[in-house]
Amino acid sequence: MSADTTTRAPLIPARITMTDVTADVLRPIERPGRLWYLGLFVSLAALAFGVWAVTVQQMKGVGVWGLRNPVMWAFDITNFVFWIGIGHAGTLISAILFLLRQRWRTSINRSAEAMTIFAVMTAGLFPLIHLGRTWYAYWLFPYPNERLLWVNFRSPLLWDVFAVSTYFTISLVFWYQGLVPDLATVRDRAKSKIKKLLYGIFSLGWTGSARDWNHYEKAYLLLAALSTPLVLSVHSIVSFDFAVSILPGWHTTIFPPYFVAGAIFSGFAMVMTLLVVLRRVFKLEEYIGMHHLEMMNKIILVTSWMVGYAYMVEAFTAWYSENPFERFTFWNRAFGPMAWCYWIMVLCNFVIPQIFWFGWARRHIATMFVVSIFVNIGMWFERFTIIVTSLYRDFLPASWENYMPTIYEIGMTVGSFGFFMTFFFLFARFLPSLSLAEVKGVLVNPSGKASQKPAEVVHV
Amino acid sequence: MSKPVAGAVVGLFDDPHELLKAGEAALKRGYKNLDAYMPYPVHGINEAIGIKRSWIPWATLVAGITGGSLAFLFMSWTSAVDWPLNVGGKPFISWPAFVPITFECTVLFAGLTTMFALWGACRLPRHRPKILDLRLTDDRFALVVPISGTGSEEERFLKETGALEVQRV
Repeated sequence: MSADTTTRAPLIPARITMTDVTADVLRPIERPGRLWYLGLFVSLAALAFGVWAVTVQQMKGVGVWGLRNPVMWAFDITNFVFWIGIGHAGTLISAILFLLRQRWRTSINRSAEAMTIFAVMTAGLFPLIHLGRTWYAYWLFPYPNERLLWVNFRSPLLWDVFAVSTYFTISLVFWYQGLVPDLATVRDRAKSKIKKLLYGIFSLGWTGSARDWNHYEKAYLLLAALSTPLVLSVHSIVSFDFAVSILPGWHTTIFPPYFVAGAIFSGFAMVMTLLVVLRRVFKLEEYIGMHHLEMMNKIILVTSWMVGYAYMVEAFTAWYSENPFERFTFWNRAFGPMAWCYWIMVLCNFVIPQIFWFGWARRHIATMFVVSIFVNIGMWFERFTIIVTSLYRDFLPASWENYMPTIYEIGMTVGSFGFFMTFFFLFARFLPSLSLAEVKGVLVNPSGKASQKPAEVVHV
Repeated sequence: MSKPVAGAVVGLFDDPHELLKAGEAALKRGYKNLDAYMPYPVHGINEAIGIKRSWIPWATLVAGITGGSLAFLFMSWTSAVDWPLNVGGKPFISWPAFVPITFECTVLFAGLTTMFALWGACRLPRHRPKILDLRLTDDRFALVVPISGTGSEEERFLKETGALEVQRV
């Protein structure tokens, strides 16, 4: 990998030294700006809307939602699948790109991992809310109980419980271990007593001894290696919730790869949305440079083709199956009364990202921001289309009904964005939003002494 | 797990290359139990000052096998022994359906064990960490040479290697 730093332009401008990294990245922690307060306020307002919507739903029951037979899954499960998908890009950036030795990830992995944690937390709320009687959520876990019953280990819904809780735990461990050395940096620079104490506790007394780094690097590598199959398994298992049923439109073998590709696609778009703002507000343009953004836009383009391919295969399979129900479901999805969701999905996920074939678009901040927003919208509609348009025209035409959300479902959805963004703003304010130790590792000239040759030390 | 600094000389450097050179020189001169402090893992330091490979992968492997086996045995026991329930004529131990949870528990056990093994290996969390210099997590490197005699020889050595500051701790 040393070739990467010598033959190409450096990932981070060569004049930046270790001292600069620490000062620049920790500036928001030491002195927050006014924009930060504004962002937090907006997020809290959205969160309050969601808290109200969910409180009413918990008190009155799921009847306040627009669910009518046959559409019994809608916004809540859509939001669940959407947010789990958002989380996946974080793990991809932190674990898979780490294993592949993609060193440009160092500038973006911390915020992407934070995004994963908060997205999985947001996603985890929805199955709980969906239960209706959320206070019985512990029934989902196998524990010896007075009914002498065990949970059904053959059900994909139970696999989900294990997959999502494992994913959250391991992502949290991975993220936290990565933070420990950086928290020690904050601790050693802290002026106030309370900061010294808090960052001291969370940095676990890390000192940066070479013997500790030796174990640390091995553990980090192992966690990356464990997270990689984990992230692929989680969205595969989420897709089993649908694919293992026998409903036309859900019962298809392409679902696991289709869901994983969509997850990476939507997650990268969300990382892009967040980073474009973060680098501007916190003045990190030199660290999260055009090169990083362009690499991400290329991944967005590739994954856009993967989901586009899945849309085509869906059509092909429906036709090739010769199954009238399968064909009807697809036809109804694309041209039925709710076809607008399908075409929003195709437009946002497959048509608009094609602009990234052009180099200027991959390097134009406003363009990539707008495209990433479209992809976020499109991927939300993809989940919605898969769920609702497979349900609302079922086998019995007498029970056909169009689905309309109520204010409580909309509130819950807006609230989920508020929940996610609130955590993200708190993260950006109180924790280093770039991995200090990893960025220092890719500097061309860490000490500022120009005569040094970088390649002999900075190899992985 | 840094070797205690009950008597050692610390040399501060501001460049990773100089740290590596000094570390190699110290090992060549036969100093034992060397340690270094670094704001980021400088590659090559393990070989330079003679640190052995980490044992953590073994803990991860054992925990992963344990987690997967326990999960599979537990699911088989609940489905075939404790409450055998005939679902659609499928076998009680319908192992393909147990694969996802077996996998998840393997990862869960292995991941958590990796974290705790790291804490154990580094003796984390430390109540009062011995911080040699506040800049060691920012932009300085330190080479720690334990004292065998009076210490003046080690001091002289570190000054010769070009350390910016040399102190005794």
